[in-house]
Amino acid sequence: MVRKVIKVDNLARVEGEGALTVTIRDGEVKSAELRIFEPPRFFEAFLRGRAFGEAPDITARICGICPVAYQMSSVHAIERALGVEVGGELRELRRLLYCGEWIESHTLHIYMLHAPDFLGYESAIAMARDHAAIVQRGLALKKVGNELMSLLGGREIHPINVRVGGFYKVPDRARLREMIEPLKRARDMALETVKWVAGFDFPDRSRDYEFVSLRHPEEYPLNAGQIVSSRGLAIDAADYETHFEEVHVPHSTALQARIRGRGTYLLGPMARYSLNFDRLPAVARDAALAAGLGRTCINPYRSIVVRAVEVVFACEEALRIIEGYERPDAPAVPVAPRAGVGWAATEAPRGMLWHRYRLDEDGTILESRIVPPTSQNQASIEEDLTLYLKDWVNLPDDMLRHRCEQTVRNYDPCISCATHFLDLRIDRG
Amino acid sequence: MAATIVIGVGSRSQGDDAVGLEVARRLGGRVPAEIAVVEQDGDGGGIFEALAGAGAAVIVDAALSGAPPGSINRWDAAARPLPAGMLRVSTHAFGLAEAVELARALGSLPARCTVLAVEAGRFGIGEAMSPAVAAAIEPAVQAVLAELALIREPADA
Repeated sequence: MVRKVIKVDNLARVEGEGALTVTIRDGEVKSAELRIFEPPRFFEAFLRGRAFGEAPDITARICGICPVAYQMSSVHAIERALGVEVGGELRELRRLLYCGEWIESHTLHIYMLHAPDFLGYESAIAMARDHAAIVQRGLALKKVGNELMSLLGGREIHPINVRVGGFYKVPDRARLREMIEPLKRARDMALETVKWVAGFDFPDRSRDYEFVSLRHPEEYPLNAGQIVSSRGLAIDAADYETHFEEVHVPHSTALQARIRGRGTYLLGPMARYSLNFDRLPAVARDAALAAGLGRTCINPYRSIVVRAVEVVFACEEALRIIEGYERPDAPAVPVAPRAGVGWAATEAPRGMLWHRYRLDEDGTILESRIVPPTSQNQASIEEDLTLYLKDWVNLPDDMLRHRCEQTVRNYDPCISCATHFLDLRIDRG
Repeated sequence: MAATIVIGVGSRSQGDDAVGLEVARRLGGRVPAEIAVVEQDGDGGGIFEALAGAGAAVIVDAALSGAPPGSINRWDAAARPLPAGMLRVSTHAFGLAEAVELARALGSLPARCTVLAVEAGRFGIGEAMSPAVAAAIEPAVQAVLAELALIREPADA
């Protein structure tokens, strides 16, 4: 997974990666400012002048954890610009590839990054010394997601097999069916994971979020659906910029996403789950209810449980797709360049990822815009910190720091320092 | 004796980060057939898997320590933890150092595990490798071969 490359002090364009400043005055949290690394701005410029067919491989490099999300949003947006529809088994294979990424990404976050917060360890490594079997289970579960990505994507990280119109190669039925037994074991491990995380001690915090996610008439959302919200928004991806904006806020130098005329919103597992509970397969719904979740979840500390439920979904959905799979005649549908604009949103593990491309008549990318989930969630993260730290402000700095990190990690943010903020400042005046 | 593995870690699209992969590629045909040479892109999970079951491992990765680009540092990871902050920082914080430490915690770290860190100069997306680091590829290959010779003929044998 990439990124590593980015070392804070060595790249000028990486500004304030993972920096969080909490300002406390007279026992009250005055502000919480989170600065995050936003590679998409660089990639938008990098895409200009490139052929449309290069977009999936280029954008896949934006994030080492969710390359499939970037590929999926880019191919769907470009296919829309070109008037191409990808259906049938190719559509199913794209969902299957996305399931692999969800299993891989969610499991990494649950076991390696977030669980140690709840169990009082500084890292998964420290946790592994006391809970070896549990960590082994997490690694085994994550591995099944990696295998699905390798099988369909060509390799585990930065899959190279996705193209506008479909895939370069598609697997044969027998090869795909070899994944059935590993996926059944993965589903069992995912169910165990739900039970495990449901037993954690959750801070009692909640608020009235505006949830935003995709919603599809039949499916739990991955690649398709309207953009909907818990306060009645229901729009096509083409209308995203009409309803969502990025604004300057007084306490931060970064642009923050807002629903026009309303305010901040929340993307990701909690939003998807709360807006699409009825689209989950029975095994995931039952696991969620048995774990004490309602049909909606507004306590972000419980997002780890929702994430585990989504892993159950991803395993179940992968099995459904594989069991019905027949190899298509061609790995892709024909695609011809033309001038146009296309938009798409898909559900990255950490929330909705929106892309727009403008192409000229020979298919050259004239302009692109990429709005990743973490930058959309940034304002909501800051609001959570400002509200939820209230009862913790008198803790010693190291314990307060731990609560800050745990609160940010509720969002599985795509920032380089999700395990340890390199730069957390608590300003008590 | 359990298998020996060489792991080259890096990314081909990000400047000097490719060095570990290039070293692994150039080792092709120059090591005995029973030694596996694999390339990993820095995902700690993948590295952890690769380490599990090996009796000895040599890992090559790019590093940022402030040393001159192209210089090669050697760590005996079986003897002590990798220095914090030395290896590249993962976007999602589960990279090589975490994989090695997790393997240590779970008892699956090979009894011999050496990390050869090639000091990098630049990591820009789409950048080529810097001349100093490109010139360090062959010395790094030689360093890996020397490690493999040590593993095959331990000093105390």
